[in-house]
Amino acid sequence: MTLNQSGWRPEMGGAAQAEAATYTGNRALMLEEALIFELGDCQTTGVDIAPAPKVASRLGGLERTRDIGLPGLSEPETVRHYTRLSRQNYAIDLGLFPLGSCTMKHNPRLNEKVARMPGFADVHPLQPQATVQGALAVIDELAHWLITLTGMKAVAMSPKAGAHGELCGILAIKAALEARGEDRPVILVPESAHGTNPATAAFAGFRVESIPATPEGRVDFAALTARLGPDVAAVMITNPNTCGLFERDLKRISDAVHAAGGYVYCDGANFNAIVGRVRPGDLGVDAMHINLHKTFSTPHGGGGPGSGPVVLSEALAPFAPIPHVVRHADGHFHLVEEETAGAELPNSFGRMTAFHGQMGMYTRALSYILSHGADGLRQVAEDAVLNANYVLRQLEGVLDAPFAGSGPCMHEALFSDANLAEGFSTLDIAKGLIDEGYHPMTVYFPLVVHGAMLIEPTETESKAALDQFIGALRSVALRAKQGDPALKSAPHFAPRRRLDETLAARRPVLVWSPPALAEAAE
Amino acid sequence: MRYLPLTPADRQQMLAAIGAQSIDDLFVDVPAEAQLDGPVHGLPGHASEMAVERHFSKLARQNLVASDHPFFLGAGAYKHHVPASVDHLIQRGEFLTAYTPYQPEIAQGTLQMLFEFQTQVARLFGCDVANASMYDGSTACWEAISMAGRVTKRKKAILSGGLHPHYVSVAKTMAHFTGDHLETARPSLSAETDSAQLIDAIDGETSCVVVQYPDILGRVEDLSALAARAHEAGALLIAVVMEPVALGAIRAPGDMGADIVVGEGQSLGVGLQFGGPYVGLFACKEKFVRQMPGRLCGETVDAEGKRGFVLTLSTREQHIRREKATSNICTNAGLCALAFSIHMTLLGERGLRDLAALNHARAVQAADRLAQLPGVTLVNQSFFNEFTVKLPKEARPVVQALAEKGVLGGVSLGRLYPDAADLANGLVVAVTEIVSEEDIEALATALQEVLA
Amino acid sequence: MTRYFTDEHEWIEVNGNEAVVGITDYAQSQLGDIVFVEIPAVGTNVTKGGDAAVVESVKAASDVYAPVSGTVTTGNDALNDDPSLVNSDPEGEGWFFRLTLEDPSQLDGLMDAAAYKAFVAAL
Repeated sequence: MTLNQSGWRPEMGGAAQAEAATYTGNRALMLEEALIFELGDCQTTGVDIAPAPKVASRLGGLERTRDIGLPGLSEPETVRHYTRLSRQNYAIDLGLFPLGSCTMKHNPRLNEKVARMPGFADVHPLQPQATVQGALAVIDELAHWLITLTGMKAVAMSPKAGAHGELCGILAIKAALEARGEDRPVILVPESAHGTNPATAAFAGFRVESIPATPEGRVDFAALTARLGPDVAAVMITNPNTCGLFERDLKRISDAVHAAGGYVYCDGANFNAIVGRVRPGDLGVDAMHINLHKTFSTPHGGGGPGSGPVVLSEALAPFAPIPHVVRHADGHFHLVEEETAGAELPNSFGRMTAFHGQMGMYTRALSYILSHGADGLRQVAEDAVLNANYVLRQLEGVLDAPFAGSGPCMHEALFSDANLAEGFSTLDIAKGLIDEGYHPMTVYFPLVVHGAMLIEPTETESKAALDQFIGALRSVALRAKQGDPALKSAPHFAPRRRLDETLAARRPVLVWSPPALAEAAE
Repeated sequence: MRYLPLTPADRQQMLAAIGAQSIDDLFVDVPAEAQLDGPVHGLPGHASEMAVERHFSKLARQNLVASDHPFFLGAGAYKHHVPASVDHLIQRGEFLTAYTPYQPEIAQGTLQMLFEFQTQVARLFGCDVANASMYDGSTACWEAISMAGRVTKRKKAILSGGLHPHYVSVAKTMAHFTGDHLETARPSLSAETDSAQLIDAIDGETSCVVVQYPDILGRVEDLSALAARAHEAGALLIAVVMEPVALGAIRAPGDMGADIVVGEGQSLGVGLQFGGPYVGLFACKEKFVRQMPGRLCGETVDAEGKRGFVLTLSTREQHIRREKATSNICTNAGLCALAFSIHMTLLGERGLRDLAALNHARAVQAADRLAQLPGVTLVNQSFFNEFTVKLPKEARPVVQALAEKGVLGGVSLGRLYPDAADLANGLVVAVTEIVSEEDIEALATALQEVLA
Repeated sequence: MTRYFTDEHEWIEVNGNEAVVGITDYAQSQLGDIVFVEIPAVGTNVTKGGDAAVVESVKAASDVYAPVSGTVTTGNDALNDDPSLVNSDPEGEGWFFRLTLEDPSQLDGLMDAAAYKAFVAAL
């Protein structure tokens, strides 16, 4: 059987010591909050709705007779409920959020302001195109800058998130192969890839084969080129890669893949490290998704919505999905949809989503690009890389840094739990950082490093903020090396102690039931 | 460069600490020929907040804003009044700027919200369980078809002609690459749906039947017979709900036997936003939970025994299962799910029912008024807040002419089915609580003028 | 009855033409708390070295390979209700499935208990 490669195993830690109890369960500003199903009832509402005019029902005899069970709260109770919940979250607005591969940078509030302009927020996707020229202009303008920044030929704007963008790129490759009349069933993916890469390739019907990494943490060029052949459709490479290193050989890899008749998909999750300094188009990439919620600062929102436009090379551009915005010489815009796709984009592989994609993210990302400009974006990449290298060099003496000898890192620094005290692992470092007031780094990823810790500080952290984080992580690491038992039961000061994930998975409770029913179910 | 806190002195100090001479030393692994020697050509330099805001204001003014005009568009995106507190709350930084709740001890806010959201969606749809949301309704619909294939180990899906054509397009795109077989159809401008044909088409190879409720023309009908026939043949019934407010008035698909109910949650809390971001809703029977795509939040306890929430059953997901995952989808639409959930909490059951009643009453008024116009006939016998009228001429230019008169009068079926001559005169009209009696009169008057 | 071990941490106990398969104590200790086990359906033909079952902990899903080729005759339904049996008694109550052997000579390359113990000690 395959064993647990990453080493990730939740542990509850030592017996927890209960804090001094309060009547409410609250601890000063740390406020407990019940569920809406416990707070509200079905007769309470927080909105005033005008009485409906009397009409004869046309509901086809389908009137709802049974209660739905949706509790309501008054407006003040609603505001308080969600405000209290919000305070149980960590967020970029509160502090450094060093999640590797996630690019948790500051989310500018100007972006929020422009996205909420009624001319963008209060426009229906199926309005006549003459009434939405400004919205189409935003899509076209963002598309233009994404093409410019990446040095590619075209961009498919509609994918809803990074993985959806990957799927778009892989489907374009599959469509291109179909147009060539070739059946190439294999996609090569490096071991260090994010799990979405193999998932996407498999979802699109390809067989995934893994390519090993060199000891210095890069794709093994010899192994990769040796595997190329008439059955290989594409190679999916992340650059900079998930070990935080630039794939120096990418241009050579691209040339070799192209010579063998395949395509190069680049996972653009880590574009922040090179934006404004390197154009993936110059490295022979055929398709790359861009996470607008990473490099271009749109908010992560507690897990979406994202947005994942895909830039395409000349070879793949004809296969891009619809819809697509076209700018005419007279300055007006039109949408290529089903109606005219046959004439204007005859090789398009089709539609990936209803309507036109993540408009609300386009306005935000464009606002960000225009704010930084060409000089600012170059500085973004440089500061992101500088901050990550600063973290790497300040901590490599304390924590094992498996690729520190491979040269400078890009935008993220990779460590492992190799030299901690017996019984201590990455999990304990992560939970210890929570008590220090930080969100932990990405843990147990990439899989190629056992007990991995991947730190991406981003460019929006000041030196003072980095110095404090480095001090905190050094302190936690030393405790883990000394075997401090208190660390095993961290966090101690968060709204919750370690949570029992085993219980949650063995007996899934995914919706609320009234206590009597819940007991009966046991 | 207002978003960059490092000063030139900081940069020098940090480079010295690293042991680098210049920033270029840190890019040493990037081949020289791949590096630009200066700022990207063609993109202007950085701009002030005021300058950027002005640029957007100018573009925003070129769009016709829904709130400023009598507004009757639907067809998968609905305009409802969103209470002011919804947007206030989702802009709290702790929600807006948080990541996916992978560290549950410091993400209970997002997790509890998702647990509440899952429960709201499951109850609204009449299902046992729901996930933590998906990209949007169209991708949720494909994911449901894909899941039915996993459950039944069959590859033929039958899609009703009443399913939104964009949803059908998305499914066709995906099925082309996955090898699934789809049977699709177009709607016809009649009061009858294609249920009878669907029932006849179900066979032992069928993985699922997909129907929209209410459908693309606004028609509503009992799904029980369809569910019974599907189950008899070992297939699943998938119902797609694009207007969740409807379920404040009409029976839930799950209560009529649907196995998977998916939907678009945009109409509560999210707003029109020119098509996105929206929020996909996904619910099903409990026995299928391990075949579900997407994130799931579950209840558990912490080391002190206090109730808490975590993301769970994540071994279905791509970050662990890689090429064996149930789906390649990696994210949900967390903030839109939050907006949906807050709006639903503000409404509560009473508010939702009152809102649905008002929507339906306004739609009935509008349908009756439009049907009085010469040459205009109402297609539907039954509907919730959206119905289709047949005009005496092609609807698409009529919609454009109405827009020129400042009335956003509906969605022409010609826009959605450009090749279908038999549908060209169809106009889909959505009427929500934002429509006043004056608006209905404005539409009727303008339409009469345009048709004259 | 003879018990064999694979270098992929499965065990197989053979009794004539019948055998029982599970994962080793070492394997369960590496996985941590098991939360779900997917057992092959009765009648499934498994191939030596091919995927036969899936065992899930909270943060990892692992494929369990068939130690030999054969046809599954019984699955351990008790694991549906209580997957923790794999943790508490991996080489007993926590067995995965029974099968009929296709080719007993496939057992030849497998380890005995002593050899497996040495193999794990060297990991």
